[in-house]
Order: sequence, then structure tokens, then C-alpha cells
Amino acid sequence: MAEPWFYTETVKDHFFNPRNIFKTEEEIKGYKADGVGEVGSPACGDVMKLWIKVKDDRIVDCKWQTFGCASAIASTSMLSVIVTEHNGMLLDKALDIKPQDIVSRLGELPLRKFHCSVLGHRALRAAINDYFKKTKQEKRMVKDEPMQATCGVKQ
Amino acid sequence: MLAMKEVYLDNAAATFVDPRVKAVMDRFWLKDYGNPGSFHSMGLRALRAMNSARSAVANVLNCSSDEVVFTGCGTESVNLAIKGVFAANKSKGRHIITTRVEHPAVLEACRYLEKYESAKVTYLPVNKFGQVSASNLENAIRPDTILISVMYANNEIGTINHISELSKVAKKHNILFHTDACQAGLLDIDVKKLGVDLFSMNGSKVYAPKGVGLLFIRKSVSIVPLIHGGGQEFGLRSGTENVAFIVGFSKALQLMQSERKKESARVSRLRDKLVNGILNLIPKVILNGHPKERLAGNVNVSFLDIEGEALLLYLNEKGICASSGSACTSKRLAPSHVITALGLPYEVAHGSIRFTLGRRTTSADVDRVLKVLPGAVEALRRLSPVHIKEEDLYG
Repeated sequence: MAEPWFYTETVKDHFFNPRNIFKTEEEIKGYKADGVGEVGSPACGDVMKLWIKVKDDRIVDCKWQTFGCASAIASTSMLSVIVTEHNGMLLDKALDIKPQDIVSRLGELPLRKFHCSVLGHRALRAAINDYFKKTKQEKRMVKDEPMQATCGVKQ
Repeated sequence: MLAMKEVYLDNAAATFVDPRVKAVMDRFWLKDYGNPGSFHSMGLRALRAMNSARSAVANVLNCSSDEVVFTGCGTESVNLAIKGVFAANKSKGRHIITTRVEHPAVLEACRYLEKYESAKVTYLPVNKFGQVSASNLENAIRPDTILISVMYANNEIGTINHISELSKVAKKHNILFHTDACQAGLLDIDVKKLGVDLFSMNGSKVYAPKGVGLLFIRKSVSIVPLIHGGGQEFGLRSGTENVAFIVGFSKALQLMQSERKKESARVSRLRDKLVNGILNLIPKVILNGHPKERLAGNVNVSFLDIEGEALLLYLNEKGICASSGSACTSKRLAPSHVITALGLPYEVAHGSIRFTLGRRTTSADVDRVLKVLPGAVEALRRLSPVHIKEEDLYG
């Protein structure tokens, strides 16, 4: 039988030692983001919020918050690493990040966690769209398919 | 590295097998393994052991021996009660009354009857503590009501129902009353005092092994079996009897009931220490269930702004075993139907954690939880973009 909540060492590492997080309330308030995105709903059990700083069309800094299970937290943490490593990812490339890209960096996730807990890429697209809007580059904004309700919550 | 001693606070899910229970089971593996239905001394020894186990259970429940049917688990007992009574009584009516906070064994058995047997089922609402009122129950009764099933104590939040009041309503209208008492090992389980017609229990919550249950069926109840065959258990549950487990279950029930008052007092003191500790040390916590009328070993709390599965992983890392009503820990990926039935929003159900204390729980175990929990909750809250206002929860 499949193990419903087996987490790899990488997932546990990102869960217990999350990367790129705000240390204090003051840090959140003082953070000058170029774009902010938030997706999910507390009723569904997953909310992800992402803050990005952009320079020369690259993501040079990324902070995040997640309400959700361990895999949701670990996957957002991993995403923040992916977009900021190697001097920052180009925005066009960042828009193309898929859940599978995050999961493969984490090693493995329980299958049932895949659809509901990996929402970080959507929060990222929302943050990039926010940046495009603020910098009058509306043409570059992308549209996301509406999310499928996987959590069984009727809203 | 030395293995960390695990603090096991999931006794509502499963208990250890008490060594005194295991001791009375031992002789049935290699020595007295005969079939109690066989015509020889070995079979007779098994039959006698089973008979005396049954009469001891009857003594505990305050009923007669032929009113006790042993089954394979609590879920089977509940299924036999609901489907067996429905099949035997459907010519009189097809309406069943139950509640929204029952164990899935009851809810799914009812949904099965709705789907395949044109049963009509009323799922009664509960108050904010999870209790059913006698007047709501009485109002739901129809001329075609044949069965009422209300749990004795809730498995998630530990709230205790006033079964003797509810069963009086059933009796007044001449309707059969079943209670799922699988969590009620430390409560008064005198079926005459409770006034019930059917009563389900299982072994794995009372320090007997998993894989054995019982159903008390009052003599006057019309019921048909679900499992057909050799006619064991008064024709109501065919299949070679699991003698060892039946003997163990009987011993476990006797022990639990003889130690009930003392153990209940001890465990509830630890429960209160844990509840008060949590409420004092951690802000934005809701105690789910009734503050007083709850199982001695049950603590169920919602930590606002965080998700239960994440907190369970933190606790597990520190050697603490608990459970959660979060969607992420349920097979259905939906949050607890019990906590949402209390009128609390989904996000509160997602953040619920259940600690269930048991026979081996010590004050040091509670201290360990209180040491670990505040830091874990704080770490997760620091990561969370959700900020629920407590005053918004009760509209």
C-alpha cells in the first residue's frame, strides 16, 4: 500500500528549515516588493503568498508565506530557491515553471499531495503579473486556468 | 543515537494490548486452538473459554449472554446493527435517524442504504459542542422511522451524548435505538441504564487487540445477519469464532470497567492539565467539543492560522504521536465533518489536532507536549499568510 505521507529528506529539510522567509513582522512591513501574488483559500487548506524583487527582468529576491501541509510549505520554499539561484531566473522562464519542476527538485511527493499542495508556481505567476501591471507591461501578463477544486470544499 | 521515547497520544485510534489481556490469550495459539464448534475435548475447551468470556461481557454490560454477538471489529458491529435492523424492519418503514457527527461506519452504512435500499435518512445537526438534543430527535421522528443511531461519545472531539435521555424518546415512540460506543470504554456501559436496544464496541480502543468487536442486541430486536454461513453467534455472525480475541476482549472490558473510576479520574486530570497548558501558553486556540462533558482522555484543539498536518509532522519529529482533522490527513481530502458540524469554518477544522490520552500516559508526557507545542505552532504561524480573527468565528 502506498504510504500516504512519506516525505523525502529534502522535503523535510525544506519544511523544518524553510528558505527565503521573513524573520519578523517588521521585515514583512518594510519589504519593498516589485510584485506580490497570493493564491488558494484557507477553507481549502492551502494559501500561498509570494513577494518578488525584479532587476533587469530577473527575479533577484523572493520571499513567501504558506498556510498548508508540510508538502505545501516545502514546495514553496523550494520554488523560492529555484527562482533566485544563479543570479535570478528570467521572468519569461519563471512564468513557465510547472509543478513537476518543483516536485522533481524535492525528490518525490506523495501522489495525493501533488495537485493540492503544489500551488507555488501559480502564486509566482500572480506576483509576476502584479509586477507587469505595476510597470505598465500589461501585454506580458499571463492568464491561469481556474483552479480545480480538489479539496472537497464547497464554496 | 538513542531512540527517543515516543509519547503516544493517539489512543482513540488504537491502544496497546494490555499484558494482562495478552496473558489470557496466549493458550489459544498452540494449545487450545480447536474450533469451538467441534465435537471433541479440544473444541469443548475453546467453547467453554468463549462461553465464559461472553458471560463476563454480559455481566459488564448488564445483559444476558445470548444478547452479546462478537464480530470482527467496531465497524462490523455498526454495520450489522444498521443494515441488519433495516433489512428485518423495512416492511414497517424505511426511515433512519442519525447525526452529522457519527463515525464513518454509521454514516457510510446509512448512505449505502439510501443508495441501494431506498432508505430515507435524517442526519441531525448538533449544538456547538457536538451534542444532539432530545427535542431535535423527537421532532425528526416520522411514522416510518424504524431506527435511531446516535454515538455515545464522539471519536474526534470526545463529546458525550446523553444517551439515556435520547433512548427514552425512542422508547416513547417504539423505535429501536442503537449507540456506537466504540470510544466509551471509560464510561458507564450498563445497557439497561442507557436504555439502548443495540450497542457497538470494539477491542482496539480498550487495550484488547484490533480485529474484534461486539454488538449487544436486546432479545426483542428483529435483526438479520450480514454474514451467512455456519450459523455461529446465534446465527447472526457466521464464521469460526476468533476465540483468542474474544477471550482477550472480554478480559479487557472487565479490566477497564473495574478500574474505570480511578483511571477516569487520573486521565481527566492529565487531560485538564494539557488543555489548560495549551490555552495558557498559546494564543488563538479553540477547544473543540464540550468543556466538561467529554471523554477523560480527549483533547481536541484548533490552532488558528496553521494547518494540522504540518503541525503533526513537527510533533512526530519530536516523538509525539497525535492526529488531525485536517483534509491533508484524511483519505477524502476533506476536513473533519465533525468540526465543521459544530458550526466552525473549514479553516478551523484544518488546524485541528487531537491528543488522546490513555492507560500509559503520564504527567511527564503532557509536559513534553507542552514543551514542544508552543515553538512548533509559532514556527508555522511565522510562515502563514492567513490571519483569522477569533471574533469572526462565531457569527
